[in-house]
Amino acid sequence: MAAITLESVGKTYAGGVTAVHAIDLAIADGEFLVLVGPSGCGKSTLLRMIAGLETISSGAVKIGNRVVNQVEPAERDIAMVFQNYALYPHMSVRENLAYGLKNRGVPKDEIARRVAEAAKILEIGGFLDRKPRALSGGQRQRVAMGRAIVREPAAFLFDEPLSNLDAKLRVQMRGEIKQLQARLGTTSIYVTHDQLEAMTLAHRLVVLNGGRIEQVGTPLEVYRKPASTFVAAFIGSPAMNLLQAEVSGGRVRLGGASLPAPGAADGKVTLGLRPEDLQRTRPGAEGALLMNVAYVEELGAQRLVHGTVGGQSVVCAQPVESDLGDTLTLTADPAAVHLFDAASGKRLG
Amino acid sequence: MSTKRNTFRHRTLPYLLIAPQLAVTLVFFMWPAAQAVIQSFEQEDAFGLSTTWVGFQNYQTLFADPEYLNALKVTVVFTLGVTAVSLGLALLLALAVDRMVKSATVYTTLLVWPYAVAPAVSGVMWWFMFNPTIGIFPYLLHMVGYDWNHGLHGTDAMILVILAASWNQISYNFLFFVAGLQSIPASLREAAAIDGAGPAKRFWTITLPLLSPTTFFLLVVNFVYAMFNTFATIHATTQGGPAGSTNILVYKVFNDGFIGLNLGSSSAQSVVLLFIVIALTVVQFAWVERRVQY
Repeated sequence: MAAITLESVGKTYAGGVTAVHAIDLAIADGEFLVLVGPSGCGKSTLLRMIAGLETISSGAVKIGNRVVNQVEPAERDIAMVFQNYALYPHMSVRENLAYGLKNRGVPKDEIARRVAEAAKILEIGGFLDRKPRALSGGQRQRVAMGRAIVREPAAFLFDEPLSNLDAKLRVQMRGEIKQLQARLGTTSIYVTHDQLEAMTLAHRLVVLNGGRIEQVGTPLEVYRKPASTFVAAFIGSPAMNLLQAEVSGGRVRLGGASLPAPGAADGKVTLGLRPEDLQRTRPGAEGALLMNVAYVEELGAQRLVHGTVGGQSVVCAQPVESDLGDTLTLTADPAAVHLFDAASGKRLG
Repeated sequence: MSTKRNTFRHRTLPYLLIAPQLAVTLVFFMWPAAQAVIQSFEQEDAFGLSTTWVGFQNYQTLFADPEYLNALKVTVVFTLGVTAVSLGLALLLALAVDRMVKSATVYTTLLVWPYAVAPAVSGVMWWFMFNPTIGIFPYLLHMVGYDWNHGLHGTDAMILVILAASWNQISYNFLFFVAGLQSIPASLREAAAIDGAGPAKRFWTITLPLLSPTTFFLLVVNFVYAMFNTFATIHATTQGGPAGSTNILVYKVFNDGFIGLNLGSSSAQSVVLLFIVIALTVVQFAWVERRVQY
């Protein structure tokens, strides 16, 4: 168990490409931190620098109170779960679990005890003597986790561990990882490109874009107050509507429509509205958004209405029973109105 | 109707289609082989005017002949030597290339070139380099006090033919090892590194076991190569000498049959070789293909 601290950690490759720009981050002992972002945002590079699989170009990584920049991966007291599980194909499950302990000279009876314990926790006791190729995807995933658990490390590092599983299994394993982490209380850093995984697992999540941190916060904070248009579009599904609008006289105006925007300075802005925050109101209501419906997607629990407001495309979520015409009259709560700087994309207010 | 089958209405058409292949196999492979088997039971007089059926006499003579037993021993040493040298060096080179970030392809390309050199040519090249009178290596060895002369010393001659025969084969083995190494996911080695295995331990416990299918395949291929395809190398360097110390079985077949004109004995030796090939093939299919995988 240990806290992990990143002090302006950066990575520049030999070719001059900078994958990670001076990142500062403090991960508390026992915290479940998720690094999320689109591919190429530097999240895996950052994780691999913490693991010791990539050299650190600048800054310092601390595990506990120790700077580990020059420390071998084996000496960092971390365990990693890889996207492709990286199970040793020529070893049985038992040997896979024991390998890291054997290399460290842990006594035999202690190895047996820890393997048995991990097998019990992950319910893989039934196939300890099988080779990885004789296991299903979910079972391999468990073995990979088992290999991390038996080490009893200071931190777990997860590199997109669920992306090779089918959708149903992914949801199940997601829940298991969450419970397991809560039970063991081991500091965990989890990399994913899936915002839903990030939202459901994280104590705190870090949204990365182009090697820089866009926002750090609890899932709810990030969802409710996205720091930029990038975060707004990335977190939440269906994605937030981002519309070109203008503020004047305390209201944000979009064509003929306007929504309350108390305290906002006059000028061009990007207006963010989550599809689920758009509610129908009576036709002719003052300042309401008029949406021309293009098509409807039925999701079962709700329906997604796609269309345009003032020529800009908009999605809104509506109850299944709702009676839709060609036009919807929509409004939004002042609290649900997000305003971003039109040029920089940063959140206003 | 789950399986769809192409059927020929014409009964003879399938036979006509495989006839060319069968003809080639029969004329160029089965017939000579059968001829060798028959000849191995016969003896020809010195002038080639008559042949007599002698049964297993050729074989009995063969296995009582100290020269033949020596050739067997020489073949074993030579084969093991070539296999060890060419596999070992090829693996070293492949590991080195696998660690390279830049220009790995350039090295790979360059290292493959020796395979394109005809064995006879490479044999002559090695013969020059090790020539006791004009060669560079005897000159260098002389400086450290070693008197190299493969025309006189059997061990020197054996080292020379092993080096010459390995040189071509290293390229071939190297290519397979590089491909084998590339097929091992990097994350396995990374996982092992995190699991506390140092570079040497990673090699012995992860890389080498995962390379075992490649290694065993190459083992069989190199055995076959050293035993049967090194005639040109031997012929261009030592011609089996000195005193039969590099006279491997294949070279002895040629020497006894075409120089000594003892066709009966030569044929019997060919048949023995035939059985060795069969044995190796059986080993490859029954043992290697089934056991060495994970």
